[in-house]
Amino acid sequence: MLTILFDGVAYGMLLFVLACGLSVTLGLMNFINLAHGAFAMAGGYCTVILVNRLGVPFALGVPIAFLVTALLGGLFERTLYVHVYARSHLDQVLFTIGLVFMSVAAVDYTMGSSQRFVQIPDALQGQFDVLGVGMGKYRLLIIVICGLLTVALQLTLAKTRFGSRLRAAVDDQRVARGLGINVGAVFGITFAVGSGLAGLGGALGAEILGLDPTFPLRYMIYFLIVVTVGGTSGLVGPFLASILLGIGDVAGKYYVPTLGAFVIYAIMIVVLIWRPQGLFARATAR
Amino acid sequence: MVTMAAVTPVLAGDVAAYLKRRARWSPLEIAFWIFAFASIWLFPGKYLILKDTAILALFALSLDLILGYAGIISLGQAAFFGIAGYFAGLIAKYGIINEPIVALICAGAVAAALGFVTSFLVLRGSDLTRLMVTLGVSLMLGEIANRYANITGGADGLQGVDVAPILGRWRFDLYGHNGYVYCLIVLFVCFVIARRIVYSPFGLSLRSVKGNALRAAAIGVPVKWRLVAIYTVSAGFAGIAGALLTQTTAFCSLDVFSLERSADLLLVLIIGGTGYLYGGLIGAVIYKFLQDWISNLTPQYWQFWIGLVLVVIVLVGRERMAAWTVTVRAAVGLIGARAWSRVWPRSPARGGAAPDGR
Repeated sequence: MLTILFDGVAYGMLLFVLACGLSVTLGLMNFINLAHGAFAMAGGYCTVILVNRLGVPFALGVPIAFLVTALLGGLFERTLYVHVYARSHLDQVLFTIGLVFMSVAAVDYTMGSSQRFVQIPDALQGQFDVLGVGMGKYRLLIIVICGLLTVALQLTLAKTRFGSRLRAAVDDQRVARGLGINVGAVFGITFAVGSGLAGLGGALGAEILGLDPTFPLRYMIYFLIVVTVGGTSGLVGPFLASILLGIGDVAGKYYVPTLGAFVIYAIMIVVLIWRPQGLFARATAR
Repeated sequence: MVTMAAVTPVLAGDVAAYLKRRARWSPLEIAFWIFAFASIWLFPGKYLILKDTAILALFALSLDLILGYAGIISLGQAAFFGIAGYFAGLIAKYGIINEPIVALICAGAVAAALGFVTSFLVLRGSDLTRLMVTLGVSLMLGEIANRYANITGGADGLQGVDVAPILGRWRFDLYGHNGYVYCLIVLFVCFVIARRIVYSPFGLSLRSVKGNALRAAAIGVPVKWRLVAIYTVSAGFAGIAGALLTQTTAFCSLDVFSLERSADLLLVLIIGGTGYLYGGLIGAVIYKFLQDWISNLTPQYWQFWIGLVLVVIVLVGRERMAAWTVTVRAAVGLIGARAWSRVWPRSPARGGAAPDGR
């Protein structure tokens, strides 16, 4: 029982790191980016290449994956995404689905369609036994890393100058622009960091989530659930939503395995009917 | 007050005349359908792909009704396609209703019922919420179909579907000839119904809702019920398309619910253009042609090129593409009108108004 809770929290933390970038970009630019999972996949495959083929240590491979995907995200943002912000939601959906299809086929072409695993160092395998509760070492590591990241993100958002600019831009873009905040630059950086975090999540989560070319399609709905259920104002909502989702999914798969992901979708629909703005959203006029 | 009473009947007459004029079949449309039916004899070896095109066209038509005429973005049209597909497969397999046309109508009704129920979930919240809910519904149905593998066949698909001959006379043959004719006739009937709907006052009110829901409500259009109604009709059409697929292939698998199906559908409609009924039909032809061509070149990676087409379409701008199709349509319409007036040189009723292709 506690092991399930533990696994669920680890899973949820992972989902949060994967999806938090999406929630910020969605809240900031009102931009529906269905291709977010493609960046996570990029991070995962980057780690696979670095660690398995080039023999880079795992502890170094994961940060490099973060940097590579952040660069990739920044590049895509400046060259492609910029043109689509002002378009209708339909255009955004079409554009990002197109990107997903392309990434799926491109990865299939270059890396093959079979599932890949990152070689995790021996020191991280096995599990601790605390008060009769089995805790996987790797999962514990994920919880620690993701927990630290969450705190760091929250502090950045709440305490730094960049954070206050970002929050201002999310709350009211026009006024923020009027105050001299370069919303485009803020958004570019946020997008790059968000993609980088997705890449990091993909790198760490390759072991738990499974990494194959259909990754962006399989997890797209999960990221979107985190964002829609958590709301797009602030990080606390998505964080709670992803923890809930993680625990719910692990518990659901453990107790009623035959139903599969049915439980999650049903809960999502109920929440969205109950509170279309998200479970933890402030009441805004958006 | 006197002038009001005098004006109103004239106005009503004007509106009726306007609607009637708009709803007239243009020569271009007639030519389109003649060509569509001529394809039965023109391309004898291509029945299978033609049949798939007709089904896809009907499916795209169903999406056009809600996207092009009511402005509802949906990633879950596959839910209706899938549920009716399975329904048609199951009733044929267990011999409950063997006659294909009756089964088709029943399957469409089932999908429409699902559409009616889910419309209340869809018609609230923002675009994102709508996307999520429509997608969630189709994924949920996919999970259910996977779960009850003893009924649906699960990942192996529904096998052993035995469909009786159409009207007891025409059996679904191996070359797909009868299947194609059947699909084409169903497509035509559904198209005529859809055309009737969008050219009616009801269709006009839908356009006003799409233009500005708040103002439409202010002039007395019951926005919510109009959307519920069109969503239900659209679900029924999508269901008929799904049932056609099951009946003509005698098979139904879990991928009828997949996200790719809904996403491809959006692409089809975007290629053809939204909001003028023929968009889905033309888009389906182009899409199937593209798919056939690309998958001959690179069988495994054709998805990449489909994705590229989507990205390029958005970057170039749908408006620019739409402007292009409008120009082509206007030009073809003009030529068509000239040809028409040459065939019928003295037709006073048709005098001034040139058909605008819509």
